[in-house]
Parts: sequence; structure tokens; C-alpha cells
Amino acid sequence: MGIIQASKLVFEYIRRDEEGNAEGVTRAVDHVDLDVRQGEFVAILGHNGSGKSTLAKHINAILYPTEGTVLVDGKDTKDEAYVWEIRQKAGMVFQNPDNQIIGQVVEEDVGFGPENMGVPTKEIWERVEESLRAVGMYEFRKHSPNKLSGGQKQRVSIAGVIAMHPKCIILDEPTAMLDPNGRKEVIRAVRALNQVENVTILLITHYMEEVIYADRVLVMDQGRVEMQGTPREVFSRVERLKQLRLDVPQVTMLAHELKKKGVPLPDGILTTQELTEAILRISDI
Amino acid sequence: MLRDITLGQYYQTDSVIHRLDPRVKLVGTILYIISLFTFGHFTGFAVAALFLAIMIRLSRVPFRYMVKGMKAILFLLLLTVVFNLFLTPGEVLVQVWKLTITKEGLRLSVFMAVRLSFLIIGSSLMTLTTTPNNLTDGMEKLMSPLKKVRVPVHEIAMMMSIALRFIPILMEETDKIMKAQIARGADFESGNLIRKAKAMVPLLVPLFISAFRRANDLAMAMEARCYQGGEGRTKMKPLKYKRRDAVAYSVLALYVAALAAVRIAEGLLL
Amino acid sequence: MAIILDHVSHIYEKDTQMAAFALKDVCLTIPDGQFIGLIGHTGSGKSTLVQHLNGLLAPTGGHIYFNGRDIHDDGFDKKELRSKVGLVFQYPEHQLFEVDVFTDVCFGPKNLGLSQKEIQLRAFDALRQVGFPEEYFYQSPFDLSGGQKRRVAIAGVLAMKPEVLVLDEPTAGLDPKGRDEILDRIAALKAETGITVVLVSHSMEDIARYVDRIIVMNRGSVLFDDVPKEVFGHYRELEAVGLAAPQVTYIMQALREKGMSVRTDVTTLEEAEREIMRSLGGEWG
Repeated sequence: MGIIQASKLVFEYIRRDEEGNAEGVTRAVDHVDLDVRQGEFVAILGHNGSGKSTLAKHINAILYPTEGTVLVDGKDTKDEAYVWEIRQKAGMVFQNPDNQIIGQVVEEDVGFGPENMGVPTKEIWERVEESLRAVGMYEFRKHSPNKLSGGQKQRVSIAGVIAMHPKCIILDEPTAMLDPNGRKEVIRAVRALNQVENVTILLITHYMEEVIYADRVLVMDQGRVEMQGTPREVFSRVERLKQLRLDVPQVTMLAHELKKKGVPLPDGILTTQELTEAILRISDI
Repeated sequence: MLRDITLGQYYQTDSVIHRLDPRVKLVGTILYIISLFTFGHFTGFAVAALFLAIMIRLSRVPFRYMVKGMKAILFLLLLTVVFNLFLTPGEVLVQVWKLTITKEGLRLSVFMAVRLSFLIIGSSLMTLTTTPNNLTDGMEKLMSPLKKVRVPVHEIAMMMSIALRFIPILMEETDKIMKAQIARGADFESGNLIRKAKAMVPLLVPLFISAFRRANDLAMAMEARCYQGGEGRTKMKPLKYKRRDAVAYSVLALYVAALAAVRIAEGLLL
Repeated sequence: MAIILDHVSHIYEKDTQMAAFALKDVCLTIPDGQFIGLIGHTGSGKSTLVQHLNGLLAPTGGHIYFNGRDIHDDGFDKKELRSKVGLVFQYPEHQLFEVDVFTDVCFGPKNLGLSQKEIQLRAFDALRQVGFPEEYFYQSPFDLSGGQKRRVAIAGVLAMKPEVLVLDEPTAGLDPKGRDEILDRIAALKAETGITVVLVSHSMEDIARYVDRIIVMNRGSVLFDDVPKEVFGHYRELEAVGLAAPQVTYIMQALREKGMSVRTDVTTLEEAEREIMRSLGGEWG
């Protein structure tokens, strides 16, 4: 059984005008089915407003489905008795690092989750140390978060979630506010968690380079899952992605354009190395 | 500008005072402030000054650093002195035009100046040597008996520590907003008071909107990390009295005793 | 008519122990009508640099001339300078404050003391130039999508009729389509009006596609200042300072190393495509 299972998930909210009168109903998530295995790395792509963040907030029981169900480790998020258990099992990292760090010292922030869960003091310290080491921020444990770079802050946020010993981590556009180096740092930390600690990862993003390591990619549009498959499968459908306001890495785009001109290249090329090799193979050198 | 205010910002170094339990420092500071107002003689001030000097020395915070922080409130200090100097009735020493300086006024203003500066230095010594988090923890613990009368002690402490965490962030944001508006020709400096107040609108609206959005995000992030109020929470850094805290309390008791002795002696002499 | 930076240095927290060079002996000329890309990792001094261009920060050493006059001379009208050198900051949320979009865009020209009619005319023009749909003119700017907010923010500066437009990461946080839309708009604006544009960006692919000159900042100094082909030819040096060249440049380099006869000074997708097709010969062309 999957760690996250959503079936026929629908989420609607009422739009209101400035006076607070209801203007209409918006369906942000529309009949989404999702089944994520323990240890899987799933990426969710979609343009701004495609419903991907709304979907993510359901898994952490921040939002509740209008229709359908979401099960986290077999527990229904609608059942209030399980809310805290679900939030501990499915940790969440948000977009803006400044707005999710509560502590004024790195180690105190990482300890915040375990404190809330009532973990004994001695164990909190152990968890804080192991979590900070896992994201490579241990030597910064005594620092003030305000003095860190964006990528470092986001790694502290991730450590704060790991310290709660979750089974899966949902990252809601964790790199949207970072520079390229910060983005790389965060993605590296996420991949390490997935591979070394076997933590299930649900990464929401619109940076295409970040999803090529995922086991599976979902593309959302207007609240629905429009495409699904391995990164290679998804990236081989360049035209469709463009229609969905998305993009592909420049190499993939180049391969696609060359193919259109008749060059026999394989589908869904993801890295510069793959493309170079493919071109060399047909250029009789 | 804003970053010049060093008054009471935590000064990182390692000293006996830094390592004391925040409760000791809180109780000590309160006692010290009260003590400043219970005597009116030079001997009393001498004892208070000696005590303060020893504490500053022990804290290893450079005295210069403290004085630099006081600049911001120099004006307040001067104002108090001037008021006391000219407005206290009594035996006239000097009279220029309508301004009179009396003996009592002179005495009072000197006392007031000394009291206020001791008060400020004394309390900033606490904040200089205690991290804000530690301080709020100390307050929460000290005030915990108030929980019985339904005072939301934990919530107040949490609120304070969040406020402290976001002050530097919002200050930086204010700076950015100001620059963005100046780039659009906004003028925050010239004009009379009303025009200046009006000029603040382009600064305050984005700042408030941002603060609300941050508050919303933060609340969500806290809930996502299982925050459900003070009930059932454990502490990563629980406050525990150590031997040095007992020693510190004894020192405090000695200080109070010394002051009382001075006072009684004064009473006997007069 | 140009902006000239003559040995400009800027030291933060001068006269304290924390003193740090943000700019170190920078000499640059920004002539009329260029499209300039400004790159550098976080903390390289590029933000400090752009704030010098309109006098928000004053250099601690050196001089800045706008149209021949030192902008920090007594009697130099800073307000006019700021209307001539328009600076759009990264987050539109930092400048939007009025009840509706149109009024917000009027703020800049109003500060210039123009007539009511002129103010409205300029606001209208500016909103049209950024391609903002007329039916949303009287909407609250806070209800707009990220991309639309960005347009309003740019219009708010354009309404002052600047000769130089400086954009600090105008696409941060936008989805790929939104990013392309904004950049295409700016390129079109540049073509229509001949305005000088300085674009600060982290995306080398974007920079390569639009600009005709790149300035690379590193540790407060200008590392490279040349046409894109030349700058990206130094891709190894760029990597050493935490930057990179566009992906296509790497592909061409790799192909060349493996013995294919392709040019390596390729920076855009179209060029790469042409070059590979040419090298593969008529077979698929």
C-alpha cells in the first residue's frame, strides 16, 4: 500500500468580491488520483495557479478535500483524531524560507517540531544533530537564521522537518525564491534524503532541471493531472508541455528541434552528455 | 539609521553573566531597578554603582559598546534633567530671567540622571547577555504561576519570541520598500508633518500587506510542524537552576542587605 | 548621453570593523540604446551596482556621471535622475500600494509634478507598453497573478519615461511561460522605443537570448564585460565564480572535443541548431 493515496480528490473554494459576496466557485483540484510508494521521489510540475500547491496542502492536512479522500499511511486526513499523526508523518517545507523558521538560532528551530510532539529533551538533541548533519548544516547550528543564505535557510527548514522523523516530505516550491546555487544545494539535500534515508519525496516546482532525478513526474493543469510518467517520457512531449505554460531544459529543446529537422535522435534527452553522445553516434566520427 | 540602535541587542561572548539562568537575571534586574528608587543619598548610589560596575566587568561586554547604545535615549535623559532642574521649587541658587535653579532641583536632577542611566545600563546588561529566546523562556517560567488565573503565559512568550525574530526581517523589508518607492520619485523627507505622514502611505501599505502574508505563512508552517499550543510540549533547552545561579541569588541578597544597611545607618546618623 | 562609472567603490559599514567592499574600483560606460545583461552570484555586488545607477546609494569612492554631470554634485536633481534612470526591484509587492492598478502606475508621474492629464496619459501608455489588459485597469493590484503584478510594477517605472530601464531579476518566481512573456515584452519595448535596458538575471539562457552585452560581477569587481559569445567562451572561469554558460555552449564544447567540426562560440538554441545541422552535412538538412 502506498504512503500517500489520494482518490478522486476535489477541492473547491468560494471566490468572493471585495464586499465579501460570493462570486462563484473555483475548483482548484479536480478529480486527482495519486498513489505514492514509500521511498519514491515524485515531482509535480505545473504553472502558477495549476493547483499543485493546493494538492500538496491536502497531504499535510492543512486543507481538507471537498470530495474524495486523501490517505496518509492509511489514515484519512479528514479524521480529526489523526491530524497530528499525519502532520508528523508527512512533513512540509514551504516556499519562503523566512516565513517558516521560528527559532532565532538554527538548532532551536530544528528542535521546534520535536518539542511540539513532546519528544524528551535528550532525544530532541539527538534528532537535531542528526537532522542538521543530514542536510549539511551542522556547523551552522549556533548561527542566527537571518545571517544565512537562502539555500542554507531552506536546508534548515528541511532539517526541521526531518527532526520530526516523517515518512515523507512534501516540498512546495522550495527553490522558487533562491538563486541557482541555492537551488542546487537544496535539490542535492533532497536527493540525498531520498537515496540514503529512503524518505519519500514529493517535490513541487516549475524548474524543469530539478525534476530529472525524480522517479515519476506529474504535470498539473487546471487542477487536473495532465501528464504522468518518468522524466524522460514527460520531457519527450515538448509541444504539450509548452501548451501547459511549461518548458524543457535547453538540451531537451535542442534535441527536439534537431529531431524536427529529421535528425534521428532518441526521445526525451535530459542531459548534455546524452545529447552529445547521441549526436556523435550518428555523425560517423 | 535603524541599525545604529544597539541598545539591548544580544552581545555574543562567553561570561559568567551570559551563562546565568535567565530567571536570575530577570529577578536581579527587577530588584536592581526597584532598589534605585528606594534610596536618596549618595552612599546608596555608590553601592548601586559599585554593584553595576562589578556586573559589567563580569559580563565582559565592552563598556564602550553599552554607552554607544545609550546615545539613542540621550535626549530623553537630558529632557528629564532639564525639567527637574528648572521646575523644582525650593531654595534658589541661580536665577536668570524666569528660569530658576534651586538646590533641591539640582539635587533631584542629578539623582534622576544617575537613576535613569543606571536603570538603562542595568536593564540593557540583561538583554546584552541573554538571547531573546532565553529571555522569553525565563519570563514564561517565572510567570507560570499566572497560568492558574488564566493568563496565556505560553502564548505571550511565543508571541514575543516571534516578534523578536521578525523585527530584523521587517526592518530589511522596510528599507527595500523605501528604495523601491524612492525610485518612483517618492519623497519621505521634505514637507511639513502632514505631508510627511501622507508620504508614509506608499511605505506602510506594502509593509503591512507583507507582514500579514508572513503571519499567515508562519501560522501554517507552525501548524504543519505540529504546533498546538503549550500543552504537552517538551523543551529542547529546559531551564534548570545550577550552582552558579544559587551563588548569583546570594550575591543579589547581599546587595539588597548592603543597601538596607546603608539606609539604616543613614537613618541613625541623621 | 550615457551613464559613466568612474572608479566607483562602495564600502558598507565604513569606519567600523565590519567594513566590507561591495564594489571595488568599477569603471563602466552604459551608452544609449544598449541591451545589457548583468550577472553574478548573490553577494557579487550587482545589486549594489544597480542602486548606484539612480543615486539610491552613493559611492564611497569615485564618481558617477549621467549625461556628463556628476550625480552627486550639489544641486543635481536626484528626483529627475530617478525619473531618467528607472529601477524596477525584484519583488513587485514592495512597490504596489494603491487601490487600483491605474492609480498605482500614476504614482511615479504624480511625483514628478506633472499635470493630471499628462499623468493619466503616461500611465495609460505605460500599461499598454507592458501589455497589461485594459479590463483589469481598475482591479486591486493585490489580486493579480505574479506575472501581472510584475507588469504593473514595470509600468509604474515606465510611466516616468525613463531613458534607462534597470530590471532586477524581473522573472524571479514566475513559471516558464510567464518568464518568456515578460522578457519578450521587454525586448519588444526595447525595439519600439530604443530605451537602454539593464537586465539583472540568474538565467544564462535568458541572458544569451536577449542581450548584446554582458557584464559579469564577482566580489565587487567587473570580471568580464563583452558580447555574450566572448563572455561565455570563458565558461571555465565563470564556473569558478559560481556561474555557468548556457547549456548549448557546453554541448558544442563537448562535440568539438570529440572531433566534430563545430563552432564553440554558440550561445543560443537557434545558433546551436544551425551549427549542428551544418556539421552533420546535407544528410538530414
